Amino acid sequence: MDKAEPKDSKEVVIRGIGGAPGICIGKAYLVDREGVDLIKRYAIVERDIPAEVNRFKNAVKKAKDELKAVVESLGEEFSSQVDILETHLVLFKDKLLYGKTIESITHERINAEWALKKVTRQVKNMFQRMEDDYLKSRVADISQVSEQIMRQLMGAQDIKISDIRMRVILVAHDLSPADTSQIQLEHIKGFVTDRGGRDSHTSIIAKSLNIPAVTGLGTATINVQNDDILIVDGSSGLLIVNPEEDTLFQYEERRARYEQYRALIARESHLPSVTVDGHAMKLMANIELVEEVVSVRDNAAQGVGLFRTEFIYIDQKRFPTEEELFERYREAVELIVPQPVTIRTLDINGDKVLPYLKNIREENPALGLRAVRFSLQRPEIFLTQIRAILRAAAFGNIRLLIPMITCVEEILEVRQLLDRAIMELTREEMVFNKDIPLGIMIEVPSAAIMADRLAEHVDFFSIGTNDLIQYSLAIDRNNRQVAHLYRPLNPAVLRLIKMVVDAAHSRNIVVTICGEMAGDPVNVPVLMGLGFTELSMNPGSIPVVKQVIRKLDYQKACKVAEKVLTMDKTEEIYEFVKASFPDILQ
Amino acid sequence: MIDFKVLSRKVTLVNPLGLHARPAAIIAKIARTAEKTIWLGDRNYKADAASVIDILSISGTMGKTFVLEAESELDLPLLDRIEAAFENGFGELTDG
Repeated sequence: MDKAEPKDSKEVVIRGIGGAPGICIGKAYLVDREGVDLIKRYAIVERDIPAEVNRFKNAVKKAKDELKAVVESLGEEFSSQVDILETHLVLFKDKLLYGKTIESITHERINAEWALKKVTRQVKNMFQRMEDDYLKSRVADISQVSEQIMRQLMGAQDIKISDIRMRVILVAHDLSPADTSQIQLEHIKGFVTDRGGRDSHTSIIAKSLNIPAVTGLGTATINVQNDDILIVDGSSGLLIVNPEEDTLFQYEERRARYEQYRALIARESHLPSVTVDGHAMKLMANIELVEEVVSVRDNAAQGVGLFRTEFIYIDQKRFPTEEELFERYREAVELIVPQPVTIRTLDINGDKVLPYLKNIREENPALGLRAVRFSLQRPEIFLTQIRAILRAAAFGNIRLLIPMITCVEEILEVRQLLDRAIMELTREEMVFNKDIPLGIMIEVPSAAIMADRLAEHVDFFSIGTNDLIQYSLAIDRNNRQVAHLYRPLNPAVLRLIKMVVDAAHSRNIVVTICGEMAGDPVNVPVLMGLGFTELSMNPGSIPVVKQVIRKLDYQKACKVAEKVLTMDKTEEIYEFVKASFPDILQ
Repeated sequence: MIDFKVLSRKVTLVNPLGLHARPAAIIAKIARTAEKTIWLGDRNYKADAASVIDILSISGTMGKTFVLEAESELDLPLLDRIEAAFENGFGELTDG
């Protein structure tokens, strides 16, 4: 997009990070953090104040009338709901909401939506600061009332992420795992976010759904309006707002070509992943939702190398029961049998905070009470999960994977709890399978360093490169300032990986990689040369990686890996790897 | 001068659920018809009884006592009504 744009063009090109490859063209749909549309914010002149106040009053009246009609239509049997709704009716005219908003419009001279949003936030903050959980929960009523007024102000459109009905491109400041779990994913053509990097949560979801994403744009939510036409080029990390005819035409062609390429690769994806000199690699899939099992099959993955289990917890707003978990795991396992499903136990906190788990506010969640630390501190929650996993194992092939292990003591404690679960299930005469391999994620430098000792206590290692890279390089991949320094082929990272591989091989246990690193073609020859025979990645990446493997020469990959381990500079390593396989890694 | 001894009275929460949104709405509905402000307070804070949100910002569990205050004698009947609402547990007491 180097050509000069004509003066009257509204076309804007913003450069971000390519979160997930592909191109899509469609209408923008803006959401803000709370899952409500971004609201318009503008100042109003003095003489328009009365009209703006009236607009607000009318919106309140309409919202109130609507609710009244609902209350009247409900019969006796709904009396408890009627009580709540009648409370809402009183809240509509509350001084601290109604009065303050009018005050804010009048004194600050801002539009009604903006004023209402400000006042609502103040009220919410007032409650959220309170210690009492009971008081905090009162915020919900106030939010609902405020949302109903907002809906009237903005017209009758649906305003929740979960209500999206059309095929749109989602534009957000940031998407949390909780947000994405609310989205009707089949309605989304692409993702665009202000925050995030190549391996952020949004990218991972987009890749597994095979839809393009551009992240780390900084100002997308400011530059884009609802219903703007957008082009999302996830391969080059570009967002084009209100494109010219010419640009549209160009991209429509490119999009078609890309889809063709995808289709071609997909057609070949059932072929075995074996190098030209006969070295076989096992390619498995990372998934978060049982629904993704379909894509595991479509992409001919040889099982699931990582089944993240947090979504079930985030979805429900409470801890799921053993039965609920069991049903989900069993479903996934049965769909994939005889191939294995590697179930990773709960990895919450960090970036996946459970809203119903209050009282845990951490300065630094990535270094806090997360994953196995949380599980060991709340053994009842952990036991529920491993019991469900052991029971599902009776219906297929399960591997149990424990996240964030940092030392030998933790795995010993996990073993104890596992034994306890087995004992309980035996006593209760449940159907289950106790002979499942137990593995750990190697994603903290201390675990990589202690890999030879940890190997004595487990059946397999799975290297979580996303966190291993972040922790060892001290880089937050979602921080735009430093995201470019997040490089999997950094020599320090490679040394750590080599240590883990050597430790696993000397104890004769399986070692796999389940981070995003495994899905990027440029890393594949290096990983293969380092001795990995199993890689797990986003289902969408499998066809591409398979194609790369089918062109690679294993002997050569070993030599390249050996040489790479002697190199000092990240950039040099990348150049060398690309130059070694020029035809394969364009 | 206003005689606060007459214009104020003590009320106690007797409903098990405490001072949640529904009782607050019942109080606010009554207090909104007052000539002047009616206050509902505990040791720490005095809330405008006409505002659900303000009432909700006082924490109240069963057994807690509040002071109800009117600024005008004309509002005394309203104090009676609010007091009565407290006494019957905002209709939340189950019989038997």
